[in-house]
Amino acid sequence: MTAAAFLLLGTALAFYWVPNAPIEGFRQRIFYFHVPIALTAYACFGWGAWKALRLLWTRDRRYDLESYTAVHMGVIFGILTLLTGSIWARTSWGHWWVWGSRQLVLFLVLFLFYAAYFMLRFSVDPGPRRANLSAVYALFGIALIPVSFLAIRLSEDLVHPVVFTHDVQSNLTATQFTTFGICLVGMLALAGSLYVNELTGKRVDARLRELREALQ
Amino acid sequence: MTSAEKYATAVYIVVLAVVLLYLVLYSFKLSRLERETAELADLARRKPERKEAA
Repeated sequence: MTAAAFLLLGTALAFYWVPNAPIEGFRQRIFYFHVPIALTAYACFGWGAWKALRLLWTRDRRYDLESYTAVHMGVIFGILTLLTGSIWARTSWGHWWVWGSRQLVLFLVLFLFYAAYFMLRFSVDPGPRRANLSAVYALFGIALIPVSFLAIRLSEDLVHPVVFTHDVQSNLTATQFTTFGICLVGMLALAGSLYVNELTGKRVDARLRELREALQ
Repeated sequence: MTSAEKYATAVYIVVLAVVLLYLVLYSFKLSRLERETAELADLARRKPERKEAA
């Protein structure tokens, strides 16, 4: 409910309160969903890596499912980042995808890296070996997040827009920043609620499997 | 409606559609879990009968 309230409020503010941006115009409104979704994807992958580290540190098996669920959520938000970014690219640059842009390709690499996590996970039989391999893989992926994030700032092709800089001209106004903050909170709350539901479902699934083995 | 307005609206619709698709898939999973729970409850009820018969 919190997520829905924040996202509805953010959408209303984006469409009816925030003025058109000087260069991007009306299409700049895509920013209020695209960037919070991308940051939420990073947060999910980061959360998955943290849980993976906890698993390797404590050997507590419950962290395996938590890490797996966080990566699962990260991949869903990664798909949304690619879809929304692609639509923005089409209206802004005239192309659905620009292979020459390092930021886009690096995010795609990050996404494919985590998509391959599922292939690794399901190619190994359930047990401690699978949990450890998945945890190490999820931890490796965390190294790609700062690379992907910084690529937007360090890239020299200047195709992808950059905000939150020291340059006053390209920084957000108060109304834009407020709307962005509300959308970010809404997106994080949405990811949080989906994570809790998905984790509960996966735990019930695992318990039912154990129960079936015990009964048969 | 201008082209920019169409694309901006499309983004919001795509996000909503993906979240709804996720919820539909999740409801299928819940249905499967409910069915499996019923099967296991049935199995658990029949287990003492099988023991007695043996």
